[in-house]
Parts: sequence; structure tokens; C-alpha cells
Amino acid sequence: MAGTRRSLRQTIDRLPSPQVFWAGFAIMAAVVALVLVGLVWMPYKPTAMSADRLQGISAAHWLGTDKMGRDILSRVMYGSRVTLMVALGTMAIGAGTGVLVGAVTGFYGGLLDEVVMRVMDGLFAFPNVLLALVFVSLFGSSTMHVMWALGIAFIPSFTRVVRSEYVRIKHLDYVKNARLQGASDARVIFVHMLPNVRGVLLSNVMIGFNNAVLAEAGLSFLGIGSQPPYASLGQMISEAQEIFFRVPTAVLGPGIVIVAMVLGFSLMGEGIRPATQSLD
Amino acid sequence: MEHRENPTQAGEVILEVRDLHLEFHDHDRPEVAVEDFDLELHRGEIVGIVGESGSGKSMTALAIAGLLSRHALERRGQILFDGQDLLRCPRSTLRHYQGDEISIVFQEPMTSLDPLQRIGRQVEEPLRIHRKELSAQQRRELALRTMDAVGLPEPEKVYRMYPHELSGGMRQRVMIAAATISRPQILIADEPTTALDVTIQAQIIALLRKINEDDGTAIIFISHDLSLVRQLCHRVVVMRKGLIVETGPAEEVFGNPQADYTKMLVDAIPKVVL
Repeated sequence: MAGTRRSLRQTIDRLPSPQVFWAGFAIMAAVVALVLVGLVWMPYKPTAMSADRLQGISAAHWLGTDKMGRDILSRVMYGSRVTLMVALGTMAIGAGTGVLVGAVTGFYGGLLDEVVMRVMDGLFAFPNVLLALVFVSLFGSSTMHVMWALGIAFIPSFTRVVRSEYVRIKHLDYVKNARLQGASDARVIFVHMLPNVRGVLLSNVMIGFNNAVLAEAGLSFLGIGSQPPYASLGQMISEAQEIFFRVPTAVLGPGIVIVAMVLGFSLMGEGIRPATQSLD
Repeated sequence: MEHRENPTQAGEVILEVRDLHLEFHDHDRPEVAVEDFDLELHRGEIVGIVGESGSGKSMTALAIAGLLSRHALERRGQILFDGQDLLRCPRSTLRHYQGDEISIVFQEPMTSLDPLQRIGRQVEEPLRIHRKELSAQQRRELALRTMDAVGLPEPEKVYRMYPHELSGGMRQRVMIAAATISRPQILIADEPTTALDVTIQAQIIALLRKINEDDGTAIIFISHDLSLVRQLCHRVVVMRKGLIVETGPAEEVFGNPQADYTKMLVDAIPKVVL
């Protein structure tokens, strides 16, 4: 099939295991659908309390109600939105900054590289949760702050992989060639080199997104970030611990969404990974 | 083999290298790579630089092309082009010439192309950088014409291919197309045929000669293969250990070598090929 243009769909179906990708895609689509529907319609207000406390599954409350009589489905919808936004925001901050810093330091090397990478090592030495705690205690506990804290905590790992890829490929002939064609540094870095690091970048985004989902859930489980009465998935699980045996859906609902996010994204990444390996 | 007149012996000098001296300083003791190198390149001339590995011929080429990293290297002398000293001018000036007035073709066609970009885009790249006024359609037409000129079969089809779909010889033609699309004044060919088999070598040599004759492009041809240099070049510079051993018109240097080293090299050319 020399040089014919293929649609994204065709490209995916030519992968060694397109089913893996499509399975992940289906799961992610369901999660995203849940969030999108939640934007326009929820059965109840996620913070609205009622006298119907600790109800099981019913027509009025599909996933039952928690100990304050709040509708669990509505809270799951709202909480998924929060978790997804934090995970995406974290990735945008972490990957965006990491790619930028890694590309520039890897390309230029020298003193700049040394200094920046030592700073990154320092940042890397903090456990993510600890960094988030420091951040939140300095600036106050909110979803936004958790997102920034996690995003910043994710920068070093992206910087490192992107930098090492840039160091590896900057001496390759096609990069040299681009420079000899008179391309500016920015053009070489972003137009010529960036597409060639996408393989590593993709696997890192895969892992990063999952870590971000789990980190957000973990932090809100510990009470950092999204504050009651607003919902986030981890916080819901935390609150539902004592009612697990009376209303299992209070734990299972948010739990399944967390698992679905992580699993769906992993499967998509796993399925598409072979396509990012070098053609040569 | 036929005798070639140097068509441009009287042509103007477009590139002048004066007392080029390159010294590495990244080890304890400085290492001299090139010493007292002088060269005048006339418009439309093909000059061969020959020498064994480590003789400094590629370093010289890279210095002219402007790809020497600027640290860990002491540079003296001048490389004059268009009134500028390429050794000392700002990077932006250098970039202005690179790929537009001065192009280079490397030894390794297998790795010199970006594996992720289609051939057409890579051939057009110098136009995207230096001829921003051209429309996509104009770029495409120019690319197809250049690809046809370098002997790529079915340019329309190759335009849409990826490098891994092409053979080494075809890739080298792509490299030459990319290097000549902007009609440079100077084409530096750094051992362009070393990685190719003999029949393809002959085709590439013929192609370089055609480019030289059709467009008047001056070529600096770097090689350790004397028979190729003899076939192609008007003038020859023989280098060894960073120094010029002998220089002169190709016929003279090969017909009547003066330096012992050149004699040795000439004696080493298999007689069957000549």
C-alpha cells in the first residue's frame, strides 16, 4: 500500500491487536459519556440531601443513596467529572511543561541542561502525595490546587524521558540534515524531532494519566482536594466505608468508574503502541 | 575515459577558504583536524577532496556547510561566501545560506531521512524554510520536477511514500533532490556513494555531473574513492593528516602525481577500472 493516505480508523484496524484498542475506547467512551451527560442532566443535585437515607437500588435512585440521602448516581457523575478534569489538567501541566523543558534541555545540553536537570532531580525526590500536601497546606484545599500540585509533580518524569530521547536523536543524520537545510532551532526541535519522540511520550502519557487518576482519588480519599459536600470519586469511597455492607453501590459506583478510567486508557494506549514504534 | 575541460577555470570565485585551521579541544591535548587549508571554488566547478579516513576532508566539508559544533573546537582562518565569513557570522546568517545557497548530501541515505515524514514533504523542506512565499501547489510542482530530474521513477507516487519504502539508491536520489530543489550555488557531497553498490554509484555520479552541467552548481565532492573522483572532478585536493598534500587539475594530479602520497594512492587504483 505504497504511500496511500489512510484514515485513522484504517490505521487502527491495521494494528496487531485493534480489539484491544477498541475495547479500551469503548470503556473510555462510557466514562466520558457519563461525564458529558452529567454536564447537562443529573437525576438529582449531587449535594441535595433527602430523608431517603441509605437506600438500595431503586427506580428513584438507580445506585441508591448515601447516609445523608444524597443520590449516589448523581454524585458519581459529578465526581467522575472532577476526577477526569484533574487527571487531564494534571497531564496537560505535567506533559506540556515536561515536553517543553525536556526538548529544550536535551537539544541544547550544556550548563542549562545540568542546572535544569538537577532542579528536576530535586523535584523528583518529593513523593507526589507529599508535594500535594505541601501545596494544599500553602494555598488551601481545592480541586484546582490538587491539579497544580500533581501537574508539577509530574513534570520531572516527562522532562527526563523527553530529554533523553532528544539527546539520543539529535545526533541522528536526519536531524543534522534538517539543521543543514537552514531550519531554525525551534523548527528542528518541534517540527522535526518532536514527532519522533511520540512513542516514548505516548507510553508515558498512558502511565501518567493512570497515575493522575489514582493520585487524585487517593488524595481525595485522604481528604485533600475536593471538599464536602462536593463529590470526588476518592472522597466518596472514603465516606462510604462505614456503609459498605448496607449500600455496596456507594463504594462500588465510584470504584468501578476509577477502574474503568484506568483500564480504558491503558487498553487504548496498549493497543496503539505498536503503531508508534519506528518504521525503520 | 574522456578528457573534460574545466568549463569555469576563468569563472568567478564563489567560495574561498583561507588558512582554515580546526583544532579539537575536548581532550587533554589539542588535536589538529585541519591545518592550513586553502581552497578557491569557482562557479560551476567540481572539486574533489580525497584522502584516507581521518585526513580531515569531512571536517573541512562540515566547516563549509556550517555544522561544526561551536564549542570544544578552535577555528582559525576564513571561509568566505557572499562576502561573509561562514566561520564567524551569526547563526542566523548561516541558516540563511544553508539549504538555500549551500546544500549538503551525506554518506548515509538510510538514516538521513526522517522516518516519519513523507518523501514529498522532505524534498520540499528547504522551500518551506527559505521560500515562504511559495504556495503549497507551487512547492509540490517544484518538488515533483526536481524528483523527476534526479531520476526518481513515478515522482507522483514516490512523493507520497515513506523512506522505509525506498531502496538506498532511491533514498540518495531523494536526498539529492532535497539538496538541489532550491538550486544552490554550492553542493557539498560528503561520500555520497560510499553506502551504495557499484552500479548505483555510477548512476549517482552521472546525476551529480548532470546537475553540475544543467544548473551550473559548483560541487565539492568528498571521497576516498579515487576512480570516482577522477571520473567526476575538474580539480582535486589530496589531503592527509589534516594537511593538503597536493592540489591541481584532476588530469594532472592523477596523470602525473608529484607527492609521494598521491603516487601511492594513484598506484592503488585498480587498473581494470581505469
